[in-house]
Amino acid sequence: MSDTHAQSVAFVRNTEIPPSLPPDTEGGVIKWVRENLFPNVLSGILTIVALYFIIRLSIFVVPWIWNGVWGADSLTNCREVLGGKTGACFSVITDRWHQLLFGAAYPRDLFFLSTMTGVPVADLVTPGGVRENTNFFQEFFFGYWRPVLAFVLLFVAIAPVLFSELPRKMLITTAIYPFAAFWLVWGGSLWVPVTILASLAIAYFAYSFVVNRSFFLGALSFLAVLILLLFDPIAMLINAAEFGRNSLAFLGWQRAENALPWVTVMEQNYPWLMNIFPLNAHVVEGLSTISSVSLASVPSRELGGFMLNMILGTVCVSLSLPLGILLALGRQSNLPLIKWVCVIFIEFIRGVPLITLLFVANVVLAYFLPPESNPDLIIRVMIMITLFASAYIAEVVRGGLAALPRGQYEAADSLGLEYAQAMRLIILPQALKISIPGIVNVAVGLFKDTTLVSIISMFDLVGLIRGPILASTDWNGVYWELFGFAALLFFVICYAISQYSQWLERKLQTGHR
Amino acid sequence: MTQAAKMKVSDEVAISIDQMNKWYGTFHVLRDINLTVYRGERIVICGPSGSGKSTLIRCINALEEHQAGRIEVDGTRLSSDLKNIDKIRSEVGMVFQHFNLFPHLTILENCTLAPIWVRKTPRKEAEETAMHFLEKVKIPEQADKYPGQLSGGQQQRVAIARSLCMRPRIMLFDEPTSALDPEMIKEVLDTMIELAEEGMTMLCVTHEMGFARQVANRVIFMDAGQIVEQNEPEEFFNNPQSDRTKLFLSQILGH
Repeated sequence: MSDTHAQSVAFVRNTEIPPSLPPDTEGGVIKWVRENLFPNVLSGILTIVALYFIIRLSIFVVPWIWNGVWGADSLTNCREVLGGKTGACFSVITDRWHQLLFGAAYPRDLFFLSTMTGVPVADLVTPGGVRENTNFFQEFFFGYWRPVLAFVLLFVAIAPVLFSELPRKMLITTAIYPFAAFWLVWGGSLWVPVTILASLAIAYFAYSFVVNRSFFLGALSFLAVLILLLFDPIAMLINAAEFGRNSLAFLGWQRAENALPWVTVMEQNYPWLMNIFPLNAHVVEGLSTISSVSLASVPSRELGGFMLNMILGTVCVSLSLPLGILLALGRQSNLPLIKWVCVIFIEFIRGVPLITLLFVANVVLAYFLPPESNPDLIIRVMIMITLFASAYIAEVVRGGLAALPRGQYEAADSLGLEYAQAMRLIILPQALKISIPGIVNVAVGLFKDTTLVSIISMFDLVGLIRGPILASTDWNGVYWELFGFAALLFFVICYAISQYSQWLERKLQTGHR
Repeated sequence: MTQAAKMKVSDEVAISIDQMNKWYGTFHVLRDINLTVYRGERIVICGPSGSGKSTLIRCINALEEHQAGRIEVDGTRLSSDLKNIDKIRSEVGMVFQHFNLFPHLTILENCTLAPIWVRKTPRKEAEETAMHFLEKVKIPEQADKYPGQLSGGQQQRVAIARSLCMRPRIMLFDEPTSALDPEMIKEVLDTMIELAEEGMTMLCVTHEMGFARQVANRVIFMDAGQIVEQNEPEEFFNNPQSDRTKLFLSQILGH
């Protein structure tokens, strides 16, 4: 008797059908292969073609890596070891890792290295850069402890920003980190970063004191206190005048000698004019006489390698994000002046290749700045990359802002929230969430674009490979290994950023829309 | 007449609108609007779409700018002064057709945000107030959910609670039930009726004529940017004066 109810309209089931296993073709490897590799003729052909190329590639790559030479000290030596076989010459990485990571000139901390390893300082300094008396770990963790520590601390500092589950008090490490990292990488007197940090803290205190009355007054007092504490106002005025004179001269106006006699007088009185924003040297010097805590000072031109890419990447991303948000909000402003300044800035920057801006930073800016002042090339480059990235981020954020329904603005308004509150609490959290993929896209692109600085003779990872390493007699001709290593380093960082952003998108999903 | 409609309306003026005009570009949306709302009044504004009724109540809390005439809310004159506007907005609650809850915040956070940031209420106190009003609109158990997890009717009740948390003296409703499924309209209307019975000053743009009959003490009919007719609900529905009103009523009550 059939179990179907075809014979009659009335039907009552009185036997349960027990569950049974599917046929073999519906499970396991066979099903997977059929569904994923050979679902139809075209896909089947493509699978076979892809397999062919994968096998061809592995036939070359696998032995190349497997036979890789790690211990040689030059390419010639490498070839002798290989004896005609296919094989990589990874020795270039083991030989030059410190250059690839930290730059050719970044000094080791010989004192610390010698203390920790017990090797006398004299034996650490060997001609030709060969480091026979120490191993990689000693060199890495003791010789280069400053940038390594700065790198490790970076994760401690960005963790509370990236993961909101962490206690909010950890944000204090984020606030301190830029100063700590600056001191670790550049060295010099501890009092320089401490003075800046303390001035910022005092200025913030002044701000929070006044901000209840009016945000504008708060911002004003923040700037006033900061400038008073941090900068030398007189020196700033002089530099501004100098900047103006140089700009005029650049535009064709003759610089009239003795036209501004007071400037010359002041120049003689302030011989330490070093920057457009000179540090209040009195404070730093005063503190240094009390106690001098300093690390060996490293000039910016000695920074290099992947460290330089990391520095440029983190600094420029973290600065361009707030700047980009401000530009995006400015572009939406009801005030025509603000709106048009932002529009022109964004459109101009987006219309110019980054490399042009870097050349401007390298060459053209020098015409405008006072001859005595020589802001580091790295700072000029940071400014340019930040401006460049912020214009792109502004457009990404604008997309996010435009995607929000008007009702969100109206609801925030109707509750009596001020503009700043509405933006911070309602609009930006949603707009930025929508913009995450775009922002990450810009950040990853920006990080990789930092390699462009190699063209204006800065020795970042790519600059070092193209310059000192490939130009050396030892390693002339080792392309795949070096650029493969560079690609690997960049890939690790960029992939991590991309994975984080996907995780964040999933986390912020609150099931709306 | 129901209990709400019988309630005494004070002669204290809550909103006064005097010769107010508004244009969108060259289109004259609101023409010579004169309206005085007394404290405790419950006014229903109806009219065909595009007649300017939403625009009128949006002018009251300055979501829309008016170009001529004057609006006074609680004795404060609406001008371009942002301080005045923010003050009025914090006294006037608004409920929107599409709820406009903040999707990235929980229900409780939606309700406590404005009290904390605008009124500077301590968080704990703001949360207690929020729970009080969520109980009032009968969804305290949803406090920790996100708006996206609630039904339309529940979202609209949250929106009402969110406005109430600011302890407004006036409530504006902009077609609060128009985006809801029929079975959810009742729960929102019940909440509004309860609010009316407590003596809240309410201006409500709606097509719910049952609601108008039950709670309103004045019905205003607008067409082409003008107030065409206003009257007590009984009179308005049973004995409309203008032909335009008669036509409108026959169209919405006819089926």
